[in-house]
Amino acid sequence: MLDMNPEDIKGEYTEHNLTLYEDICRKVFTTELESPFPKGYLIVSRTDTNGIITHANDSFVEMSGYEKSELIGQPHNILRHPDMPAAAFKDLWDTLNRREKWRGYVKNLRKDGGFYWVYAIVIPNIRNGEVEGFTSVRREPSRKKIDECIKLYAEMSQTK
Amino acid sequence: MPYNLAISPDFKPDQISGWYIFNTWLQKKLDEAIHLDIHQSFAEQHQAIDNEKVDIVYANPFDISRLVREKSFTPVARPVCKPDEAIIACREGAIREITELPQALTVAQANAPEVNTIGMIMLEPANIDKSNIKIIDCENFVVVARHILKGEADVGFFLAESFNELSNLVKKQLYPLINSQINMIHHAFMLSPKFAPHKDKLKELLINMKIDDKGIQILNDIGIEGFESMEEEDAEFMIDLMDTLLS
Ligand SMILES: Cc1cc2nc3c(=O)[nH]c(=O)nc-3n(C[C@H](O)[C@H](O)[C@H](O)COP(=O)(O)O)c2cc1C
Repeated sequence: MLDMNPEDIKGEYTEHNLTLYEDICRKVFTTELESPFPKGYLIVSRTDTNGIITHANDSFVEMSGYEKSELIGQPHNILRHPDMPAAAFKDLWDTLNRREKWRGYVKNLRKDGGFYWVYAIVIPNIRNGEVEGFTSVRREPSRKKIDECIKLYAEMSQTK
Repeated sequence: MPYNLAISPDFKPDQISGWYIFNTWLQKKLDEAIHLDIHQSFAEQHQAIDNEKVDIVYANPFDISRLVREKSFTPVARPVCKPDEAIIACREGAIREITELPQALTVAQANAPEVNTIGMIMLEPANIDKSNIKIIDCENFVVVARHILKGEADVGFFLAESFNELSNLVKKQLYPLINSQINMIHHAFMLSPKFAPHKDKLKELLINMKIDDKGIQILNDIGIEGFESMEEEDAEFMIDLMDTLLS
């Protein structure tokens, strides 16, 4: 996956080298600018079994800061924020591989370096007994839950 | 044996005659005997489906999962531009945001499971869940409004369409705190395995209603702009979506 482009970043930023799945490295830039969850909306995306984005609704596209064409066909870790502990996503994939639903609070990275928090529920799409892909439906989390997660994820990242 | 047509029990009472006309039209077009069963509650409709007394149903999105997964029903068509969206409203006053609501909340709701599910989700950002609310079940959305105006409920869950149809006098005294913009949840015509051989013909009839004078008139009577095709994957996607909303 491509590194982020400093020209896309809005405002002062910090540089990170993210290690993704299969030890792929990605240079990302983060700012402290939070985008509020759009009230009353759901942010929906679907992937194939490898986590490659196949569908994204309008709210998903808008919140990500990318164009839809920049998202479809990309791995879902394009949204991976360095503040998210790797263990959360390991748990996500372990849960999905058991054909179960995963729920969690996720801090996502925007194209412009900003971020947004979601409460995500991811489920396997089972068709004729086979897992054909995954759907994630994200809704607005409460501030209280976000604050708890900020603390928890910081601790998880430290004890890594 | 005639076939049976059922409509989701959240129909509007003033549209019943429209559904009878729809049924007469459908029988003539399909050249089949079809009986319209009006179920007053979801429990009654579920019972009828369990007893295989329903062949065509204009189903609530909430029921599509059991229809497909447990009863092998298949989707045929859905209304265009008619997503089920919810509004949470309170009495016109000081409160302007969900997060300003009291934590121990009394909610008035009607018999519309999809609306009530979306309503609960929209309360989550305020840290309000099933454990800290009291529910008042109401016969319809007008009664929901009445409970709010009388101060018996802090908020009410409304189908957006029904909220907008409340009288101006009532609406003026209510404040919509939030309305959903999901755009992916809707009612759908579903067919039993027994009726499946008529699927293609029925689909064509439903889709073409909006370009036929008589069809347009009936659509008007049942408050629908027109129908569009709904494929099995569309239903599966909605089932997955509803599944996430219920957790
Ligand atoms: C349907 C679906 C939706 C996902 N949504 C996100 C997301 O919004 N943000 C995110 O960082 N990862 C998301 N993931 C997880 C990513 O695939 C990936 O595991 C994660 O970003 C961590 O990257 P890594 O697995 O390459 O280490 C999603 C996965 C699936 C299957």
